[in-house]
Amino acid sequence: MQINIILAGVGGQGILSIAAVIDHAALQGGLTVRQAEVHGMSQRGGAVQSHLRISDTEIYSDLIAGGTADLILSVEPLEALRYLPWLAPHGRVVTATEPFVNMAAYPAMDEILAELDRTNRPVLINAAELARQTGNTRVSNMVMLGAASPFIGIASEEIESSIERLFQAKGADIVAMNIRAFRKGEEVSQTQA
Amino acid sequence: MKKELLLGAEAIALGALDGGISGVYAYPGTPSTEITEYIQKNSHQRKEPVRSAWSANEKTAYEAALGMSYAGKRSLVCMKHVGLNVAADAFINSAITGVNGGLVVAVADDPSMHSSQNEQDSRVYGKFAMLPVLEPASQQELYDATREAFDLSESFRLPVLLRLTTRLAHSRAGVEEREVRPQNRLNAIHAPERFVLMPHNARRQYNHLLGMQNKLEAYSEQSWLNRLIPGTGSTGVLAFGIAFNYVMEVRQAYGMEFPVLKTGCYPMPRKAIEDLFSRCETVLVAEEGYPVCEELLRGYFGGRNIRGRLDGTLSRAGELNTDSVAKALGIAPKKLVPVPEIVANRPPALCKGCGHRDLYEALNTVMSTCSERHVFSDIGCYTLGALPPFNSISTCVDMGASITMAKGAADAGLRPAVAVIGDSTFTHSGMTGLLDAVNDQAPITVIIADNDTTAMTGGQNSSATGSKLHAICRGIGVDEQHIRTIIPLKSRLEENIAILREEIAWDGVSVVLAYRECIEAAARKKRNRKGTP
Repeated sequence: MQINIILAGVGGQGILSIAAVIDHAALQGGLTVRQAEVHGMSQRGGAVQSHLRISDTEIYSDLIAGGTADLILSVEPLEALRYLPWLAPHGRVVTATEPFVNMAAYPAMDEILAELDRTNRPVLINAAELARQTGNTRVSNMVMLGAASPFIGIASEEIESSIERLFQAKGADIVAMNIRAFRKGEEVSQTQA
Repeated sequence: MKKELLLGAEAIALGALDGGISGVYAYPGTPSTEITEYIQKNSHQRKEPVRSAWSANEKTAYEAALGMSYAGKRSLVCMKHVGLNVAADAFINSAITGVNGGLVVAVADDPSMHSSQNEQDSRVYGKFAMLPVLEPASQQELYDATREAFDLSESFRLPVLLRLTTRLAHSRAGVEEREVRPQNRLNAIHAPERFVLMPHNARRQYNHLLGMQNKLEAYSEQSWLNRLIPGTGSTGVLAFGIAFNYVMEVRQAYGMEFPVLKTGCYPMPRKAIEDLFSRCETVLVAEEGYPVCEELLRGYFGGRNIRGRLDGTLSRAGELNTDSVAKALGIAPKKLVPVPEIVANRPPALCKGCGHRDLYEALNTVMSTCSERHVFSDIGCYTLGALPPFNSISTCVDMGASITMAKGAADAGLRPAVAVIGDSTFTHSGMTGLLDAVNDQAPITVIIADNDTTAMTGGQNSSATGSKLHAICRGIGVDEQHIRTIIPLKSRLEENIAILREEIAWDGVSVVLAYRECIEAAARKKRNRKGTP
């Protein structure tokens, strides 16, 4: 078993907290993990991505080769498109639909949606709205993680216990809120999958 | 044993802590910053204290690490590749003195220049200094090699250079921790014959270093960082450091069977390499960074059986990846989905609400009325003032160059000559340049964009901010009347424009301290007070 995931977003959107949950769930399950991330200059509102690889055997490269990603998980719709050259023919795109506009040439939303539609059954998630429904827009990352969970190759229960471990220092309420967000995303994603 | 999920940079930190360091010395720089940050966050749980505050620059860091080694203890010094330029004087000469307690210098190179102004390869410095260099290929190897580097340093009585690159520094993997070693006891040696580098000592020490080279090579020959993956066929691969990972990825993905010699030690293990060359008709040399070893192996005239970065088999510039290595090994490129045309670049930008924005707005207004519009700037978040909508700065070269380049341009007759430098960059390498300007009475205006932190690398403590910066400028000899403070806020725009205009018009050295806390740092402080991460 080997899963290659590209996590995408804009610096400051917190894709690394999604990565941390998956990393720990995989490690807990005895799998091998490699997860390359971007620090430094581009973090300041620029395009950021993380290559996350999970396997039950040895992983050599920290980076995913072109055309071999099983999943692009993006918290921003334009950023999902930026990494299409990495997507495998069978790969899926799961993306939040709220645009983050901090650039002059941001394309029209219908153009972005048209490009997303060309991919293999994209899963489009109104993450901020769903997060609001569960109580706090700050958990939209966990909504996205939930939406992507059918494609990650790790059981939902294991991801939930990873969320629990990572957030437990912040208290039971925060854990519960993040789990709710995760389940919400998962539920909505299943209707699209 | 339980594995901990660590960045490559953090694996070095944990290896150093477990390897018994008494101190780490560093100036922040991507992709090396997380080494020191990890030690700062995790050393307090240790039985013995580990000193870990940030240094003013890489040279002061290196020299302090050498001093700790002189006193018999183990020290780690960390920097990004260009930081080694700053520390080069200390680095090269510490190879002549040698060390007492183990001294390891961890240098993170940034091929492809993700967050840097060049992609220089620190292995060249290793060879220049004639010191042993280790280049692990995985996070676990980084952990183990760091520990071993301290033993190596003490047995050879030489500093050891540990080289890594961005991808390994900033990639996480599970790392297995080994037993913790106690720190060394204080054991300063009085050895002026080694440490007083007057010519008569230096000559003897240099000869000693030359004599050590065979021993270093012998160490490389038997190091666990090298290993042969046996194979078949006429082409073999010699893979250094992280290049090994991409080579093996290709070998696995395409079911290829070529032999691979993995190498992670310099000077190169000669016998193992000779052996590979004797078995193969052609050898692909894969290394991350400069073609350092490829050049050596080719020699001046030869190398017809060598493929690599110098004959275009691999790109001469930029980092390697699985796809570029696959192409070098004769795999036809895959047809990939292109990036849709509508996807425009999203370059980094100054944060919304950042004080640098208000500073540049004021400065642009003042400069727009000048006939010569040159602003010499420096390295930090404020470098983003080079991009639209500001387009405020004309230069960014190396740490501290804003002040000295402004001075040189003023010497040539340029008026006005304005420098913009951050608080941390000023204390790193700006202060001495300001002294030159004062001594020469050069008509320059130095704007210190003081946001109370080293922001670009994630908000590390700065060596001097606020009133301390004022006192430094005063102490260097800038006229008190021409050290002005502004607060770059929208509401103070007019006042700030007026002050900048006055000081830029003045025919002498002036400093404008533009003080406003980094909004990211302020938010972090608030979160920490609340106790939520």
